[in-house]
Amino acid sequence: MANMTNLYDSSKCTACRACQVACKNWNQLPASIKPFKGNYQTHEDTDGDTFTIVLMNEVDNAASGVDWNFAKFQCMHCLDAACVKACPKGAYTKTEWGATIHDPEKCIGCQYCTYACPFGVPKHRKREDKITKCTLCADRVTAGLAPACATTCAPGALKFGDRDQLIEEARDRVNYLQANGFPNATIYGINELGGLNKLYILTDSPDKFGLPVNPKTYGTINFWQNWVQPYFGWLIPVALGASAVSFITTRLMADKHQEHPVEGGHE
Amino acid sequence: MTNHMIDLKNTNVALIMGSNMAENHPIGMKWLTKGRLDPKRQTKIIHVDPRFTRTSAVADIYCPMRSGTDIAFLGGMIKYILDNELYHKDYVVNYTNAAFLIRDDFDFQDGLFSGYDAAKRSYDNTSWDYKYDEAGNIMQDPTLQDPRCVFQLMKKHYSRYDIDTVCSITGSPKKKYLEVLKLYCSTGAPDKTGCINYAMGITQHTVGSQNVKSFAVVQLLLGNIGRAGGGINALRGENNVQGATDMALLFQYLPGYIDSPTASDKYKDLISYIRTTTPGAAKLPFTNLAEFRAIAAAGIKYSGWRANTSKWIVSLLKGWYGDAATEANDFAYHYIPKRNDTKNYSHIALFEAMHKGEIDGLFINGSNPVVGGPSANKEQTALTKLKWMVSIDLWLNESAEFWSHTAWERAVDNEKVSRLTPKDINTEVFFLPAAAVYEKEGTAAQTGRWVQFRWKGADPVGESKADLWIYNELAKKIKALYKDSKRPEDEPITKLTWGYDGHDEEEPDILKVANELCGFNVATGRPVEGFAQLKDDGSTVCGNWVYCGATTWKDDKMIYKPQLRKKDDPSGLGLFPNWSWCWPVNRRIVYNRCSVQPDGVTPWPGDSDRLVWWDPTKPADAAKPDVLGTWAGWDVPDFIKTTGPDKPAFKDPFIMRPEGKGCLFGTRASFKDGPFPEHYEPWESPIAPIINKQAMNPATKVWEPDKQGKAEEYPIIATTYRVTEHWQTGALTRNLPWLAELMPNMFVELSEELARDKGIKNGSKVIVSTTRGDIEALACVTKRFKPFKVAGKEVHQIGMLWQFGFKGYATGDIANRLTPHIGDANTMCPEYKAFLCDIRRA
Repeated sequence: MANMTNLYDSSKCTACRACQVACKNWNQLPASIKPFKGNYQTHEDTDGDTFTIVLMNEVDNAASGVDWNFAKFQCMHCLDAACVKACPKGAYTKTEWGATIHDPEKCIGCQYCTYACPFGVPKHRKREDKITKCTLCADRVTAGLAPACATTCAPGALKFGDRDQLIEEARDRVNYLQANGFPNATIYGINELGGLNKLYILTDSPDKFGLPVNPKTYGTINFWQNWVQPYFGWLIPVALGASAVSFITTRLMADKHQEHPVEGGHE
Repeated sequence: MTNHMIDLKNTNVALIMGSNMAENHPIGMKWLTKGRLDPKRQTKIIHVDPRFTRTSAVADIYCPMRSGTDIAFLGGMIKYILDNELYHKDYVVNYTNAAFLIRDDFDFQDGLFSGYDAAKRSYDNTSWDYKYDEAGNIMQDPTLQDPRCVFQLMKKHYSRYDIDTVCSITGSPKKKYLEVLKLYCSTGAPDKTGCINYAMGITQHTVGSQNVKSFAVVQLLLGNIGRAGGGINALRGENNVQGATDMALLFQYLPGYIDSPTASDKYKDLISYIRTTTPGAAKLPFTNLAEFRAIAAAGIKYSGWRANTSKWIVSLLKGWYGDAATEANDFAYHYIPKRNDTKNYSHIALFEAMHKGEIDGLFINGSNPVVGGPSANKEQTALTKLKWMVSIDLWLNESAEFWSHTAWERAVDNEKVSRLTPKDINTEVFFLPAAAVYEKEGTAAQTGRWVQFRWKGADPVGESKADLWIYNELAKKIKALYKDSKRPEDEPITKLTWGYDGHDEEEPDILKVANELCGFNVATGRPVEGFAQLKDDGSTVCGNWVYCGATTWKDDKMIYKPQLRKKDDPSGLGLFPNWSWCWPVNRRIVYNRCSVQPDGVTPWPGDSDRLVWWDPTKPADAAKPDVLGTWAGWDVPDFIKTTGPDKPAFKDPFIMRPEGKGCLFGTRASFKDGPFPEHYEPWESPIAPIINKQAMNPATKVWEPDKQGKAEEYPIIATTYRVTEHWQTGALTRNLPWLAELMPNMFVELSEELARDKGIKNGSKVIVSTTRGDIEALACVTKRFKPFKVAGKEVHQIGMLWQFGFKGYATGDIANRLTPHIGDANTMCPEYKAFLCDIRRA
């Protein structure tokens, strides 16, 4: 099965954030009301109860005075996903159509995925001690529906479909935008991290939208996947040994300290 | 809207001015963006606004403009069109009053039109009229050269609006302003159309009506009215505001925009009413309805479609008073209440009267004046002077709880602001829980005049009831109280028809209301198929003539057209004639006669989108197949079907107007403040007038002279607005957690420059003050507000949401505690959009 995904077009988005509400509605997520901090964006980042937000960035522009750039932000469903590699319990899987699925039953709330993710997307939901994130509405997609966000999008900024076809459409659109006032228009998600299963048409470079220009996974991620996880069983005796060594050295150090009182202590 | 939402996809250039369309009309905006992707239209979007909004973010051009300077901005556009001959000449000569000559005593000096009375702050409009020849015909000069013709007078009037003067008033960067002029005025080409979309940013000013009138002048000059992709599109602030206006929400009207009578000679009986409201009837010789009918049948000169007013008022009276309304008793005309001729009954005036203790009781229905009313401190105090108040709403909103302790908390101690406690307040308050839109059935007339039926989706929560149920029960109880009365003064109640109960008398039948509104024949009970069939002899009933034709009879039952849901669109222009129903008579684009050339057949050069045309080969009436020639087309023609090339009115597309033309010059009583729009500064302005000698609109009533803020004390311009996340006063949305989280607190937007001057940090608390009060809010320091260069000096503007209050999940101070009690000269629409304030760190 081909990869299925959302194509987001920043030139059409009006940041109405209906996608955020539709996401909460479909996933029955409680509101996370946080005080206003001086930006329409209100949620600085995704959180345990907020799978998607619209980034809203004000950027100086010599010609127009200011640009207000919008970008819908959520799990990028990376084709080669760091979270899948980082999770010690195998809670993450990829569907055959490209969605990265997280299984809360297996999740132990360790948050390694949060730190491994180049976008910092998976978030810890304290009250359950579980990680949550966008599911690409896998439950809807497998039932033949488009994701809730794409279904509700009034200005037509979100389109769900076959990734390869959407890439073709995105190329046409970017060509048009480049010729019509947006010379820096670009596609985001084709090659980043070996390909994201979320595609973006951006009217300017990704940093102007609050997206990392060249996202990277930590080098250690492969070490985790290739060494730590397969030999996880070794970790316990190794850790025990290390504790024993630490115990001995610490005690020896403590003894030495007793022999040499801290200077100036008498005053 | 002259056009409708879907028609926006047909435009070449859209000018969005005084509207944050992407935020407040997101679904309408969708149709504009569709046009952008259409290779035939390649729609360009211009946004003109004091601040950069989410609409600006998706516009092709954004041009800043200081609040309250729309007429200067548009006056400069009018001059640019005239100077560069960008107007659509054939259209202007044939379809507007450009060629009409104006009386010699009409004049304009120092910002005042002829006939001004400074003591009364009003005009005698006698001189604002056409010149008539001895035969009683309006004199014209189709060459547009006569110095007294409208075209030349207009040219003279706007000669003062040169680009430098305009930019020094509006504060727009000259380069941007020129870009706007060039792009928008390109729609004067006959093969192009442009639409203007506006909202409260245009109307909520002391010059609100004239702001809209400026649009009319621009659009008529560019030939953009009555055509697909053109129009002046009022984006109504609520879905059914159009319906409410149709049903006489405005105090000066009865349903269907016909005059509500006053207690004066002009309206003393039905014949006087007809004489006053029928254009051209003032001096005609008739003393009773029979004589009037004979005169009307022969035709009244310069009357237009309003020559039918007698039919509309009689059919209305017949609906209200049934058998008690007969020709012998003036169709019970004396039953309807008459207004005091000297009084104003608009929102501001009502609350001023309430504040003086002149009003005992108030019903508040789906409204929240403690948050939404201008000068909300005063309006909240006014509610305490009532004996009783009934609030009908989904939630206990701020107005329902105006008496509570929280309602009188203020961020700043200000001796000028009254602070009460519940024990000081004697108003008895009733609360009736109302059903939400999805919990009841009925129609909503949207901004494009489409009357759409909505079926009930869920049962109301708890004891909440539909508004119709509430008013049906109320009316039945009132009638029961008077049922034994024989007093003549009680007849307006005892004789009132009221029969809307459904089968079980518990639930009213909404289709019975629809039947009366849309009209039926008294003898048969069958629907009247269109307003042309209404009569003034008591044989037809019609509660609102503009809704006539929404019902029909088929297969032995009434078909209510707002329930239609067919998706056929044969023209491809998005008219969708069988989806719901649109007033008048399902005409989707009004003045559509203008979509073809004066010959009635040919589309404008290069344009293929004609909406209607004259077809000489077909009969207008199937019953008279020999009489050939009729108006036909994709849309319902906005024209009398049988008016062919042999009749002088063939080239008069504006059938509601007495002269049949689009008015560049608004004659006589069209406007209270002048026949041409003239820029006046807002009531509270940071600068002295530049373009004339008037400090403000000379015809506006000043209610509270002592409350006028001066620039020395309050140097910063303020404006108010909504965001997409909240709805109106927020009663609905601030109670919904998923929306509350998107805009959780009251905030004030200000520029980085002003924030620096005042030492205000982004996200910190600030106090905003005017002469009316003070509020506390969080600062939103943004690049999207920039200082204006006005009259050679730097002027700051801030903006704030008027959607917050003390109830719900998302709370904050009420911005309208700052706004003034002053309104437009014509409508009294409050000046929420431009006033003076000061801001400081909290």
